[in-house]
Amino acid sequence: MTAKVSITLKHGILDPQGQAVLHALGSLGYGGVKDVRVGKLLELKLATHDKAGAEAEVKAMCERLLANTIIEDYRIELVD
Amino acid sequence: MADAPSRIGVLVFPGSNCDRDCHHAVEQIMGISAAFIWHKESELPPLDAVIIPGGFSYGDYLRTGAIARFSPVMAAVTRFAESGGLVLGICNGFQILLEAGLLPGAMLRNRSLSFICRDVRVRVDNTATPFTGRCKPGQVLTLPIAHAEGNYYTDPATLASLKAKNQVVFRYCAADGQVTPEANPNGSLDSIAGITNAAGNVLGLMPHPERSAEALLGNEDGRLILLSLLDSITRGRFSSKPVMA
Repeated sequence: MTAKVSITLKHGILDPQGQAVLHALGSLGYGGVKDVRVGKLLELKLATHDKAGAEAEVKAMCERLLANTIIEDYRIELVD
Repeated sequence: MADAPSRIGVLVFPGSNCDRDCHHAVEQIMGISAAFIWHKESELPPLDAVIIPGGFSYGDYLRTGAIARFSPVMAAVTRFAESGGLVLGICNGFQILLEAGLLPGAMLRNRSLSFICRDVRVRVDNTATPFTGRCKPGQVLTLPIAHAEGNYYTDPATLASLKAKNQVVFRYCAADGQVTPEANPNGSLDSIAGITNAAGNVLGLMPHPERSAEALLGNEDGRLILLSLLDSITRGRFSSKPVMA
């Protein structure tokens, strides 16, 4: 099973990278983009096939190491 | 230990690059002994203070300080800090202290997205700490910064608490001491350049006092911080009781 963990800055926290990308897109003529948030994607290959157990464990990993929950939100997607 | 010569431990992580500068500053500026402490050590030898130096511990992988905080030595430093030991985190050391939860808040990328390496001015907003006793209230120090992630952030409740307890020790300012948006190099919340924990025995700051403590290097303002720490050490053990103003 693979856990895909996406980590982005919390809403309300200025994302200067996202702003830079937004401006670059605008200068390319993509004026319809309202906001950009740049984040990280981590793919974790897990030994388990127990989805509930995996979810709990990856959540703990996010809280302890993968994300800094003072500034970041995380989203976990489990794929077989 | 009371009779043992004073000694400061300087942590060394893979990627630390200010460890030798700090060792030099402790021995040559403060005039006491310094010992390198490798990140794999799970116990600290008897020490009067710990310095967590700047650099790029673990390549800044994931987030600055995120991996370093789980190294064995940081568990020992946490116990040392919790028992009232003096801990000074400079630049990446500050980032590690934040990730370790020894100081509140987190670091974001600089607002400009650039790595900024230049002198800045900071105002000393609390002189009643073990690290600022030689400074005058409101004194403006010129110190160098060199970082890409120095944009301090915390939630509003924590910021209010930091201010109420005088834990904001250094703020970026103009030459006349005014804290202005223009004088804030990295977008740091409330222009914060350095904070202590509630007890006051742990300080983290982004500027580098060890790089600005010798006339030969053109700036001696950093001496005030190093010699304040020396005063605190020679006065005896800093108790874990708050000494905030």
